[in-house]
Amino acid sequence: MEAFTQLDAVAAPLARINIDTDQIVPALYLQKPRSANFGDFLFRDVRHDVQGALRADFPLNDPAYADARILVAGRNFGCGSSREHAVWALADGGFRAVIAPSFGDIFFSNALKNGLLPVRLGEDLVDGLLATLQRTPGARLRIDLAAQSVTAPDGSRASFEVEPFARHCLLEGLDELDYTLSQSARIEAFERAHALA
Amino acid sequence: MTSTASSLTLFDKIWARHVVMQRDDGQSLLYVDRHLVQDGSAPAFEMLRRKGLKVRTPERAFATPDHYVPTDSRTLGRIADPEKRAMAQALQDDCATAGIRFFGLDDERQGIVHVVGPEQGLSLPGMLIVCGDSHTSTHGALGALAFGIGASEVAHVLATQTLWQRKPRTLRVHVDGRLGAGVTAKDIILAVIGRLGTAGATGHVIEYAGKAIRALSMEARMTVCNMSIEAGARAGMIAPDDTTFSWLAGRPHAPRGADWDAAVARWRLLPGDANAPFDRELSLHANEIAPMVTWGTSPEDVLPISGRVPDPANAADGEKRDAMRRALAYMGLEAGQPLTDIAVQRVFIGSCTNGRIEDLRSAAAVARGRRVAAGVEAWVVPGSGLVKRQAEAEGLDAVFLAAGFQWRYAGCSMCLGTNGDQVAPGERCASTSNRNFVGRQGPGARTHLMSPAMAAAAAVTGRLADVRGLMQMER
Repeated sequence: MEAFTQLDAVAAPLARINIDTDQIVPALYLQKPRSANFGDFLFRDVRHDVQGALRADFPLNDPAYADARILVAGRNFGCGSSREHAVWALADGGFRAVIAPSFGDIFFSNALKNGLLPVRLGEDLVDGLLATLQRTPGARLRIDLAAQSVTAPDGSRASFEVEPFARHCLLEGLDELDYTLSQSARIEAFERAHALA
Repeated sequence: MTSTASSLTLFDKIWARHVVMQRDDGQSLLYVDRHLVQDGSAPAFEMLRRKGLKVRTPERAFATPDHYVPTDSRTLGRIADPEKRAMAQALQDDCATAGIRFFGLDDERQGIVHVVGPEQGLSLPGMLIVCGDSHTSTHGALGALAFGIGASEVAHVLATQTLWQRKPRTLRVHVDGRLGAGVTAKDIILAVIGRLGTAGATGHVIEYAGKAIRALSMEARMTVCNMSIEAGARAGMIAPDDTTFSWLAGRPHAPRGADWDAAVARWRLLPGDANAPFDRELSLHANEIAPMVTWGTSPEDVLPISGRVPDPANAADGEKRDAMRRALAYMGLEAGQPLTDIAVQRVFIGSCTNGRIEDLRSAAAVARGRRVAAGVEAWVVPGSGLVKRQAEAEGLDAVFLAAGFQWRYAGCSMCLGTNGDQVAPGERCASTSNRNFVGRQGPGARTHLMSPAMAAAAAVTGRLADVRGLMQMER
């Protein structure tokens, strides 16, 4: 996993609630191998009209966000299906962090395992960031994982919570599976003790 | 809330029995009793190969292809798209290599993994069950703790038979009273989602309780638990009782003889203690639930069939108002329009939510002696090969075929269209599936979620209709 320490990048505002994983990457592309660039399928159906042209009213189609690496979105981002492809599509599309008031549980967990940082901030703070980013397209945010802070263009800082183990894995680029494998003896002991049928 | 030893919920009891170890940050390593695997799992097996790892405990896994299988034949070669065909083939190959039990297309036991697991007695009370699919919550109907996981977690379970989780909070949904005629488990869960909202149960496990839940059949309970994720909950569960035990008895992988008796004795201790505390509670009265349909692009966009398309001007906040406006534009609907005025072109009866034998009986009771309306294409897709066989033994296929429905083979099919079974752009579908998201049934497809009986009513009338009106009519 690619380590995440600090990120100073253009942030794209997506002021919509309940963005489900079907919107983030439609089911039509789930059979692609991981080697495919899932960034090509990111928001595929919502960023195009029925004729296949880019929709002017979809924020990420604004050239100001071509280099965006942070996405700021409304509450309940990533609800719905367990498809990890939703995280891959954001990561392959250049994003390293998503800031929202709340996330779907499975998306949140999938993101942490792929070096995509999900940042929960209060709804008022997110609304403020969205307004700022909409006023000044191409504005940058700074995320410091070690300090657990987000810095807005005006210099104001907000702090966020992240579980210590997930933070450690992200900062060091570590895979949780390797840690679990190091605990194999405890799993074997559990099996012996419980003799699970 | 903390639970004392004498006041544990069903969830607390199952959780406690599966904790291998705790990490300093409070996360628990949970032991997985049953890992259900479907044909979306190729990336997880690939992750294992890249790390040079093997499947640790293949005897605890079970696999069947459902997302990519054709429903007009039983031939993998009929999948035209080579990448889709490769997904179904990869599952077969990965299971053969790992020694995982596998029901393929040539096996009548193949089907949607959330139909097959309970049907085979692979999902049992007290178990911790995971699968790389968010509708794994279905299996909680048996009194199990069952939840969906992502591909990295599937790889983690394949390699270690365990999973790291933070203990979720608990929410009890209490449904009292009795359901009226024509009102089903699907209407209960749609009403619950309407009350909670699509994020209302995020971070929680739901336990469904109350007289109306106890009165539900096993299959109806699966429909309720299935859509827990649509309220944001990872898992939904119902305490096991005699309904559970009699439904499970004699299933191929359920315990037998003295083992069965011992298992039932253990399972009788699983229901939560009377005074066990929940973090949150929600109460509904079954008598007040009408047949429900969705009008928008989130499962929370749901109303009784007697309702009208809501006006975004009345939304609770600006973000919800914008979401409603976008939903109405996508759905091609006007605020104030009666829901019963909405004409459909497609009907889909099936999925892990409503593809079981009772669902098909319920739809067939409405379709019997009627005809699918002109201009409507209606499909019935059984949830498993065994559901299909049972339906045919009861003559349900003949009822559907005589009415002009298509009678197809088992799979996920048009719930999400990964196998190519899609609704065309702009077409409107009355669907017994679980999600009405933008593009869910195909790009530009417009989905209305409802019960099997309501979907059959839509098929024969050509529009969203109150099935209770059809139940009273002479055919």
